[in-house]
Amino acid sequence: MEAIVNQLPIGLSIGAVLLLIALGLTFTFGQMGVINMAHGEFIMAGAYTAYLLQGWAGGQAVLVALPVAFAVAGLMGLILERTAIRHFYGRPLDTLLLTWGVSLVLQQLARDLFGAPNVQVQAPGWLQGGIGIMPYNRMFILALAIGSVVAIWAYMNRSGQGRRMQAVMQNRRLAATSGIDTGRVDMRTFFIGSGLAGVAGVALTLIGPVGPALGTYYIVDAFLVVVAGGLGQLRGAVIAAAALGLLNSYAEFWSDASLAKVIVFGVIVAFLQFRPQGLFVVRSRALT
Amino acid sequence: MLSVEGLEAGYGGARVLFGVSLEVAAGQLVCVMGRNGVGKTTLLDTVMGVLPATGGSVTFDGRDVTRLKPHERVRLGMAYVPQGHDTFPQLSVLGNLQVTLEASPHRDPAALEAALDAFPKLKPLLKRRAGFLSGGQQQQLAIARALVTRPRLLILDEPTEGIQPSIILEIEEAIERLHASGLAVLLVEQYLDLALRLADRFLILDAGRVVRSGEAAELNAPEVHRLLAV
Repeated sequence: MEAIVNQLPIGLSIGAVLLLIALGLTFTFGQMGVINMAHGEFIMAGAYTAYLLQGWAGGQAVLVALPVAFAVAGLMGLILERTAIRHFYGRPLDTLLLTWGVSLVLQQLARDLFGAPNVQVQAPGWLQGGIGIMPYNRMFILALAIGSVVAIWAYMNRSGQGRRMQAVMQNRRLAATSGIDTGRVDMRTFFIGSGLAGVAGVALTLIGPVGPALGTYYIVDAFLVVVAGGLGQLRGAVIAAAALGLLNSYAEFWSDASLAKVIVFGVIVAFLQFRPQGLFVVRSRALT
Repeated sequence: MLSVEGLEAGYGGARVLFGVSLEVAAGQLVCVMGRNGVGKTTLLDTVMGVLPATGGSVTFDGRDVTRLKPHERVRLGMAYVPQGHDTFPQLSVLGNLQVTLEASPHRDPAALEAALDAFPKLKPLLKRRAGFLSGGQQQQLAIARALVTRPRLLILDEPTEGIQPSIILEIEEAIERLHASGLAVLLVEQYLDLALRLADRFLILDAGRVVRSGEAAELNAPEVHRLLAV
């Protein structure tokens, strides 16, 4: 019983990190249909951003890094979309190979710049300690994920930019003939989606070391969250991320890391047999 | 106002349009007719820039727009209602109109009001998701959305296709009113009687070429009936 309770904050915070990563993927994969394997390296870029800012901002590096990492990862995504991905829309396999290649290049680049060994980012003093079983750093990650969900929901549903984004996702051709500059909306979508990966990377520095392969540990799970939650669905991603995070940490606790992966994949494969479309589906008359 | 010269277009290797030319004068309603598969929708898609022209030119208000993107043509005053009463299904009716208004150059909320006045039946439905409307309501929304941009040329692709008869009449009346108020319209229509009532001029496409054009009155000629017969 005690073990179950103790494992809860770990599961929830892993779920929160997965959610932050999956939120970004919801934009680029769920809504634009681009399988961006380099998304994991945007996480890594965000984490290294926090590491670099340490020299300047010291113990508060994590706070300063949140907006900076969003911009850094977002710009990387924007450049990738403009220079490469945009020429491969509607060709998912080519995009997959292309972004995988970019992912490998970025990992090697990080190795060259920062060295192969992991580095550590100092958590701010006020994140040391905790209440009961819940450490402050994991609470912070949870709050960050919740805040991001609320912000994205508001952006998508309450702002003109978000409305245009939805319009392009729902009917690209119609959006173009309605006067919407779809190329600009694509750029914005990629910037935000990739920027969220950077934020996730900063969050990860609070619970572990930073290395060139950081993103690869999370990217597959994050894709699973998006698929299990239903493509492009915010609430599906929230539920799936929490479920996957908890399942992961409990399975790991009762068995070991590799067996836990087998269990998690098994559960998701079984789940998708029953609901291949994921938790939530878009319902409407005009589904094409 | 709209001048199309020797337009050519197609899909991949398959050519669909072979040098189509047409004119729409200011305030005029021109009806494009023809059997299925002769290139009517391809023509409109190319005029709007959804499909690239492989030859010929499209001129709007004396400006060559052949290479412009669709949204740039919207900004110049062209509006397009594609076939199949498309909407943004997950947005509300109001959201559908707003998103177009926000993307238009003038952003005048009065344009939204005016568009709703053209289709008053949409007013009680503003908060509904567009995807849950009936086909006829979606078509009305589609035209209203185009009007929000304050176009000077409205391009309609079979606005009455697959719509219940009672609403066909409403849509026809709305088009008539818009035309009467001075809006130029380029209309693709299959129903001969509807074209007869609405059009100033007509042209008939066959296999990607204009085979006949003239004043609406000439539409009743037996030769025209033969060209349109399935």
